[in-house]
Amino acid sequence: MDFAKISRRHLLRGSAALTLGSVLGVRSAAAADTTIGFIYVGSRDDYGYNQAHAQGAAALKKMRGLKVVEEEKVPETDAVEKTIESMVNLDGASLLFPTSFGYYNPHVIKMANKFPKLRFEHCGGLWSDKDPKNAGSYFGYIDEAQYVSGIVAGYSTKSGKLGFVAAKPIPQVLRNINAFTLGARLANPKATTQVIFTGDWSMPVKEAEATNSLIDQGVDVLTCHVDGPKTMVENAARRGAMVCGYHVNQSPLAPKAYLTGAEWNWEALYPKFVKMIASGEAIPNFYRGGLKEEIVKCSPYGEAVSAQARKHADDIKAKLMAGDYTIFKGPIMDNKGKTVITAGTDRGQKDPELEKMDYLVEGVIGATS
Amino acid sequence: MADGTIGLWTVPLAVFGGAIRVSTPFLFVSLGECITERSGRINLGLEGTLIMGAMSAYGISYLSGSPWLGVLAAGITGALLGALHAGICSLPRVNDIAVGIALMLFGTGLAFYLGKPLIEPTAARLPAIDFGWWSDVPQVRAALRINVLFLIGVAIAPILFWAFRTTRWGLLIRTAGESSDAARAMGYSVLWIRLRATMAGGFLAGIGGSFLSLFYPGSWNEGLSSGQGITAVALVIFARWNPMLCLWASLAFGGAAALGPALQSVGVTSGYHLFNAAPYILTLAIMIITCSPKRTLTGAPAELSITR
Repeated sequence: MDFAKISRRHLLRGSAALTLGSVLGVRSAAAADTTIGFIYVGSRDDYGYNQAHAQGAAALKKMRGLKVVEEEKVPETDAVEKTIESMVNLDGASLLFPTSFGYYNPHVIKMANKFPKLRFEHCGGLWSDKDPKNAGSYFGYIDEAQYVSGIVAGYSTKSGKLGFVAAKPIPQVLRNINAFTLGARLANPKATTQVIFTGDWSMPVKEAEATNSLIDQGVDVLTCHVDGPKTMVENAARRGAMVCGYHVNQSPLAPKAYLTGAEWNWEALYPKFVKMIASGEAIPNFYRGGLKEEIVKCSPYGEAVSAQARKHADDIKAKLMAGDYTIFKGPIMDNKGKTVITAGTDRGQKDPELEKMDYLVEGVIGATS
Repeated sequence: MADGTIGLWTVPLAVFGGAIRVSTPFLFVSLGECITERSGRINLGLEGTLIMGAMSAYGISYLSGSPWLGVLAAGITGALLGALHAGICSLPRVNDIAVGIALMLFGTGLAFYLGKPLIEPTAARLPAIDFGWWSDVPQVRAALRINVLFLIGVAIAPILFWAFRTTRWGLLIRTAGESSDAARAMGYSVLWIRLRATMAGGFLAGIGGSFLSLFYPGSWNEGLSSGQGITAVALVIFARWNPMLCLWASLAFGGAAALGPALQSVGVTSGYHLFNAAPYILTLAIMIITCSPKRTLTGAPAELSITR
């Protein structure tokens, strides 16, 4: 570059732009002078639940004027209260995302009462009118994506036996198992889902054993609801079974065996929350949404998915996106033969009854206790 | 069977397969600890060694593309951690159990810290040998896909048993464990013997870790060990410091770990928490049956800080 060509005018223009830029920078920082705290129950790069949240946090880090503090591997005990206190008192966090289910009651509620001026957004909890107003619970109807996975699984299975490696029989897990099964039976009315509970969110050896036992039973398509699906995906693919992913896209781990998967879309939701707060708009205390609200998404189809399966799944996906499709539509029986949703009852996604789910639908082999 | 399922046969097969798949880390850690404890020291840090081994094996395998290099790296890492334990314990008035706990936390923390970038990538895995070629039942074939490390572990147990009884080195280790005064009177350095025994123990425990990350479950993550190292240390007491009993105890633990998932897969769904706890119930039961307040544990090296 020829430096002689930089004229005084160029210099002036440059420095003016610089000044303007820095003024704007200061202003936007002042407008959203916020420190946001993220608390994860596990490791934030686990190819699963925590990674999905961390991807959302990473989206916030890119926004101007925001500072993100993170702490991982915080157990669901009063340890989370200590973490919150240190994020509030030492880092000055004014918005907190405790992202694990078990944090909510009593820990987050206690902290929200203690710091009434701060905002607590908890993932997965059931906010009710009795809870503090500065706490909120958000969650995605990921069962919509599981339903779509179920349809694909139903078309892809040869044995008609599907497998589900689950952590604990809590409502959200049961809802995923049920939605997956209902989807599969839409494609193949004789399909069954065998479920195995490992007892905790991260038990790699148990998950691998569960995967092997399911495949030994003739299961040829598996999915899961544990914190890190990597173990299940890799071990199932090694045994020649097909998989549907969960939390994030695991297709790089098993490109041939991966059919589709139910993923979170936190990187869309979290910036939305921050913008709502910045503009003074209240975030509803009870915030929910599915495919339509872009809180969850489906992985792209793998090569093993047939044209027929793609067509059916795309069709249902379009209906879910439009918001005029009900997954839990009566009559639905549980796997003990009891009617749990009567004929004519449509339990729409926002129905709080669904968040208290304690049954497994017909077609699921397994028990909640 | 015609439809490709084997029904209730899944359970014994899964327990059998699980005994082979799950037991290997238990086997290596308990054999390693057996050597260390026979020399008169307890190294509780093997949980940390196991995790460090798993992490370093995965890392080296990922970087070099050779899983066997990873196994070697895991062994060396384990031996170094063993040397650290022995080195600290050779200082006067240092309690080996306290050092072990410190090293357990240190190894775990260091492995999590260094292993952060390794959670996502996929490393080259150890191969399996197909011993199920004679069967046309796919489940049997899957259960008999056996890793060489398991076979090595199974071979080490009788070799160690023999070595403790008949070789000079075995005798020296036992002497150091039974009476350090006697070893010293014979002109041997007890600290030196224990250093080598702890390093050998760490080496084996590290290799046990490499099995976890490179074969089964076959990837590195922070929940990988979930206490298997510390369970294996307890197994040694359970196995009365006898390498052959360590082998059977490890197989029993592996099989018991597979019991919970296998029972659920055939439809026995009630009380799965209880079945998941089967290995620990087994330990407790045997401990209660075999313990007596009137005597010390049979086979316990007299120099161990828990029996002295």
